[in-house]
Amino acid sequence: MLRAHWWAAVASVTRMVGDLAVAEDAVQEACLAALVQWPGDGTPADPRGWLIGVARHKALDVVRREARRGAKEAAAMRELYPDPSSSHSSESSQRGESSESYESSETGLGGGADDELGLILMCCHPALAPEAQVALTLRCVCGLSTAAIAGAFLIPEPTMAKRLTRARNKIRDAGIRLRRPASEADLADRLAAVLRVVYLVFTEGHKASAGAVLVRGELCDAAIRLARGLSALLPDEPEVTGLLALLLLTDARRAARTGPGGELVLLADQDRSKWDAAMVADGERLLTGALRAGRPGPYQLHAAIAACHSTSPDAEGTDWRQIAALYGELIRYEPTPVVEANRAIAVAMAEGPAAGLVILDAVGHHPQLRRWPQLHVARADLLARLGRTEEAAAAYRAALELDPTAAERDFITRRLAALGHR
Amino acid sequence: MKYLFLLNTADDGPPGDPASPEYAELYAQYGKALAAMQEAGVLLDCAPLTGWSSATTVRVRDGETILTDGPAAEIKEQCGGYTLLECADLDEALRWAAMIPAAWTGSVEVRTVINTQAPQPPR
Repeated sequence: MLRAHWWAAVASVTRMVGDLAVAEDAVQEACLAALVQWPGDGTPADPRGWLIGVARHKALDVVRREARRGAKEAAAMRELYPDPSSSHSSESSQRGESSESYESSETGLGGGADDELGLILMCCHPALAPEAQVALTLRCVCGLSTAAIAGAFLIPEPTMAKRLTRARNKIRDAGIRLRRPASEADLADRLAAVLRVVYLVFTEGHKASAGAVLVRGELCDAAIRLARGLSALLPDEPEVTGLLALLLLTDARRAARTGPGGELVLLADQDRSKWDAAMVADGERLLTGALRAGRPGPYQLHAAIAACHSTSPDAEGTDWRQIAALYGELIRYEPTPVVEANRAIAVAMAEGPAAGLVILDAVGHHPQLRRWPQLHVARADLLARLGRTEEAAAAYRAALELDPTAAERDFITRRLAALGHR
Repeated sequence: MKYLFLLNTADDGPPGDPASPEYAELYAQYGKALAAMQEAGVLLDCAPLTGWSSATTVRVRDGETILTDGPAAEIKEQCGGYTLLECADLDEALRWAAMIPAAWTGSVEVRTVINTQAPQPPR
């Protein structure tokens, strides 16, 4: 409940004080105050307004304290470098800066949506390292605790805390501001970076890249919350809606993706009655709406591919020809060997394993793909279907050597056993 | 905020033969970027530096001054000039940085200047 207001609250307070770290702490304190007061006093009529109001007060207190300390520091500097003319001008310019930000806060109360967009653009600023963008977005926009983020990425908490602190300091010291980008082209670029972060959070949760647990639900949930929030802020951006549709259509399969022992269950073998029908319907409705805008993009294409699966009652009935065509389109936006390999698999399903293997072998020499266990698994699968058992076993073993996740390793081992190999 | 751009290039000192057309072209490009900055009122100062092989690095350890002939670190690119700008935020500074020819072949490191009072030169 409090988490639903976190994004808006941090955005509003950051706009007012111009400091992300101060805003985040203030909102955290306001949430703690709410946890203490609301059960006794009752939830206020406007919980978001209450939180923002309390957080703003707390942030202002901190800023005033800092300002007093700043004045003391300035005085100390004057002791060190006695030059009345220079110190005077600099001090007044600093004071001018802070009073300007207070003014904008008082007049900018209506700018909630702009501030929320500004906050996520700030957290996903390209001057920050990608892993810092992800961590900061989860903390400042989603309201996940440092411990939860560290846990989700299997990183020690102090390491994650350091990463967050470094990112906040860079935002403050380098002068990254909560501001709408200067031009529409800039906004498009920056938005693409934001969508990348949201997608990264989801894929990390959906198919954990390290560790024993295959799905980390809290990351999937966080990504969907982010995508929902963005789509509310930018309802006319089909790629934003496309991303939300993609996440819903993919996450709808969550319950069917792992077996009773936590092992990976492939799409073809999933019990489709376990798919979340409401989520699928929501995703399809959103995708249809996005496509209507006539501005296709990679997320809409990914979502369309996911929809091909979700509309089919079983793996055999899937429109693989359509999926192969969609991957063909996707290559225009993502000219990567991974997309080409996925197209090969769709072609194999539509036209037979031999046709798929031709494409797969053509891209299989790419150095990036050779390190990708899934390529070897896909090859092994096609070879097995062609009756080339020895080559299939060799390909599965090649995949095992590339350090797949525990669940994938388990899956590959079972496949090898089914071939009569160990 | 004040932003200092460190213009890193592989050249030891101003690049190439001053009589060559490439040199003239490069300097025209620098001139263009600096003129745009001046026009926008953000340019505070700028200058090229002499070659990094003429650098002297000073380190004081345990009260002893140790001098090294050359730059602080042996890397492929070295600072060959600087630009000091007054910008509203990092986004504005990064836009200017991308206009500087050093960014096209070498790199431009963007740093924020801490707002404090340095001693003024005697008048």
